[in-house]
Amino acid sequence: MTTKANGFGIDLRLSAALLVAKTTAAGIRVAGRGGGTSAPGLVAERVDPGLLHKLTSRLEHGVVMVAGTNGKTTTSRMVADLLEAAGMPPVHNRSGSNLVRGVVSAFAAQASLAGAPGGTVGVIEADEAALPQLLAMVAPRVVLLSNLFRDQLDRYGELDAIANRWRPALERLPSNTTVVVNADDPTLAAITSDIRAQVVRFGMNEANHRLDTLSHAADAANCRVCGADLAYHALYVSHLGDWYCPQCGYARPVLDFTGSDIELHGVESLDMCVREGETSTPIHVGVPGLYNAYNLLAAAAVGRAMGVEMPVIVGAMHAFRSAFGRIERVAYRGRTLTLALVKNPVGFNEVLRMLTAETGGLEVPTLIAINDLYADGRDVSWLWDVDFELLASGGGPLGATGIRGADMANRLKYAGIPEERLTRYPDDFESSLDAFVDTIPEGGAGYILPTYTAMLQIRKILADRGAVETFWKQ
Amino acid sequence: MSDASTRVKIAWLYGSRMNIYGDRGNVIALAQRARWRGIEPEVIDIGIGDSIPDDVDIFFFGGGQDQEQIAVSQDLAGDKGQALRAAIDNGAAMLAICGGYQLLGHEYRPYNAEPLPGIGVFDVVSEAGPERFIGNVVIDTDEWGTLVGFENHSGLTWLGESATPMGRVRVGRGNNGKDGTEGARYRNAVGCYLHGALLPKNPKLADWLLEAGLQRRHESGVALRSLGDAAERQAHESALMRAVQTR
Repeated sequence: MTTKANGFGIDLRLSAALLVAKTTAAGIRVAGRGGGTSAPGLVAERVDPGLLHKLTSRLEHGVVMVAGTNGKTTTSRMVADLLEAAGMPPVHNRSGSNLVRGVVSAFAAQASLAGAPGGTVGVIEADEAALPQLLAMVAPRVVLLSNLFRDQLDRYGELDAIANRWRPALERLPSNTTVVVNADDPTLAAITSDIRAQVVRFGMNEANHRLDTLSHAADAANCRVCGADLAYHALYVSHLGDWYCPQCGYARPVLDFTGSDIELHGVESLDMCVREGETSTPIHVGVPGLYNAYNLLAAAAVGRAMGVEMPVIVGAMHAFRSAFGRIERVAYRGRTLTLALVKNPVGFNEVLRMLTAETGGLEVPTLIAINDLYADGRDVSWLWDVDFELLASGGGPLGATGIRGADMANRLKYAGIPEERLTRYPDDFESSLDAFVDTIPEGGAGYILPTYTAMLQIRKILADRGAVETFWKQ
Repeated sequence: MSDASTRVKIAWLYGSRMNIYGDRGNVIALAQRARWRGIEPEVIDIGIGDSIPDDVDIFFFGGGQDQEQIAVSQDLAGDKGQALRAAIDNGAAMLAICGGYQLLGHEYRPYNAEPLPGIGVFDVVSEAGPERFIGNVVIDTDEWGTLVGFENHSGLTWLGESATPMGRVRVGRGNNGKDGTEGARYRNAVGCYLHGALLPKNPKLADWLLEAGLQRRHESGVALRSLGDAAERQAHESALMRAVQTR
C-alpha cells in the first residue's frame, strides 16, 4: 500500500508534511491546549501545499464535500456514518474544524506517514468562506449544498456575496461531479440551475409542520431572476420551502428526493418518509427538530448519490447519535442537562421552536450563554433577529451568562419576559454553571443554549467536573 | 404624564428588505419603551410602492444588501422621497442605519456601477471603499452622551459643509476612517453606521427619538418618566468594555 500510494513510491515532501503535522498535534495535546484542530494543518501546508489534494486523490471512493450555514456538522456525520455502514471507512474532519487548515489537520492526523489516507472515502465539512478554496484543492465526487442563512456576517459578508463567491466555483465543477442541493432554498436552487455538474435536488412536501409567515431572521425572500418578493405554497424553516415567484413564474424545481410525513418527538428524535422516484422509505433518526429532518433528507440523498442502498441508509440513521454539542444530553449532579448549540438567528429560532413545541411556552429552566469571540461572531446584533418573544409564555426561569450575557439579558427584557423569571448570572461559566444548576430541582431537567466558544468552555467545565468526555476523544 | 390617549406611530421603512444585523431591535426598543410608559405604539411597515402617511411620528430605516439597496433607492426617487423629506422637515424623528443612512444623503456611489440617488436629508455623500470596517464602536456625542455599537460597512461617508456629525469616534472607524466623525444629524433625524442593535443599549438616544416624535403629535409634548434602565446600562457597559478590549 505505502509504496504504491501515488504510483511513484513514497512522496518525501508529503511524508515530511505529515510528520510535522503529527508532531505539532502531539505537542499541543501534551501541552493540554485542546484538540489541536488547526495548527497542525497550518504548519503541514507550509511544508507541502499539495497535501490535501494528494491525500484525497488516493481515496478509492472519492470525496463528499458538505457546505451550508446550518447543520453541516450533523449532516456530514450522518453521511460519514452511512458510508461507513456501506463498507467505506471515511476520512472526515469530524470535530467540525472546517476552515482549510482544520480540514488539512484532520486529514493529516488520519493518514499514515507514508501517505495512505486512512480510509476509502473522504467526508469534508466545508466552512462557507472556505468552500471555493476547498473545491479548488479537492476534486469532490459529491458536493452537498444544504442551506444559506444569515450567519456571522462580520466574517462572511452579506449573503449575496457568499452566493456570488460560490457560483463561479460551482460552475467550474466537471460533469462527473454530482451536486446535491436543497431546492427549498431559493438562492441555492438559482446558483445550481445551470451548471455542468449533475444536480440532484431535494426538498420537503410536508403538510403538518408549516410556518405561517417568514420570520424576521429570514433571508433571500426575493426572486433571483426578477427581484420580486417570493411567495410560498408552504414554508418550513426560515426561507426554506415550496417557493415561487408570482411575477415571473420562477419556482422551486422538480425534486429528486422529497421528505414528507414528518413526526417530531420533542427534544429526542424524529421520523420522516423519504421519497425517491416511486419509492417511499420511512426513516427514524435520534436527533430532534425540523431542521434535522432537512439534515436527514440531505444525508439520504448524498448516500444514494454515492451508491448506498436505502436499507443501509435506514440502518445507519437509526443508529445515529447527535454531533458534539449540537444537541446533547448530559447527566450532572443528579440533573439532566440538554445542551443545544446556538450560532445564528435561524438555528436559534429552530431550537426555541423545539423547546416550546409541546406546551407552547418554556417551562424548563434555561441558561443562555453568549460569547462574542471570533468563532461566535463578534457582532451580537443577531440576538435581535431571534424570536425570544416565543419564551414570554410559560413559567420557566431564564438565565443569561457569557461575555455578552448583559446583551442577552437586555434582549430578554425587551422580548417581554417578566423580570421575576430573569437572572443575570456572572459572565464566567465557572461560577454561573453551578449557580444555574442549583435552580434545577434534583432529578429535574435544564436547557443550556451556548454559542460556539461558550459551548467549548462549558463542555470543558462539565468534563473536568466528571460529566462528559472531551470531544477530540470521540 | 401619559394616559391612554397618548399614542406614537412608528414607521419601519422597508422592514422586509432593509433589516440586516438585528436592526429590528431598534423598532422593538422604541415600541417597548413607549409601552412601558403607557403610551400605545402603532408600528407600520412601509414597503416598496407604499406611500408615506402624514401622521408618522418616528421613522426607522435600516441597512440592506446591495440588491435591496438599489430597489429602495428607485422607490424613493420622486414623490415618495419628497414626502419623507417633508416629514423630517416638519419635525418627524428618524433613525437611519447603514444603507438607510446612505440613502438619506445625496447619493451612494458603488464601485463599478451607476450612483444610487438618495433624498438629501443629510448633506453627505457615500461611496464604496476598498476596506470593510468591522468591529465595536464607541462615539461621544453632545446630546446623547457615549454611544456604543458595532460597525460593519465598506461604504465611506463624507460630510458636506452644512452637515453636522452625530458624534466623534472614540473607538472604531466611523464615517470614513479618516476625519474622526460618525453619522450625521439634521433636525430630529440621525443617521449612522451603528448596529448593535443601537437603541436597546443606548436608551438616552431611544428616549430622545420618542420625545421628538411625541412632541410632533402632542403639541404640549410628553414628559417621559425614567425607566431605571439597569439591564440597558449593563449592556452598554459591557459593550464599552468589549470595544476597548477588542480594537
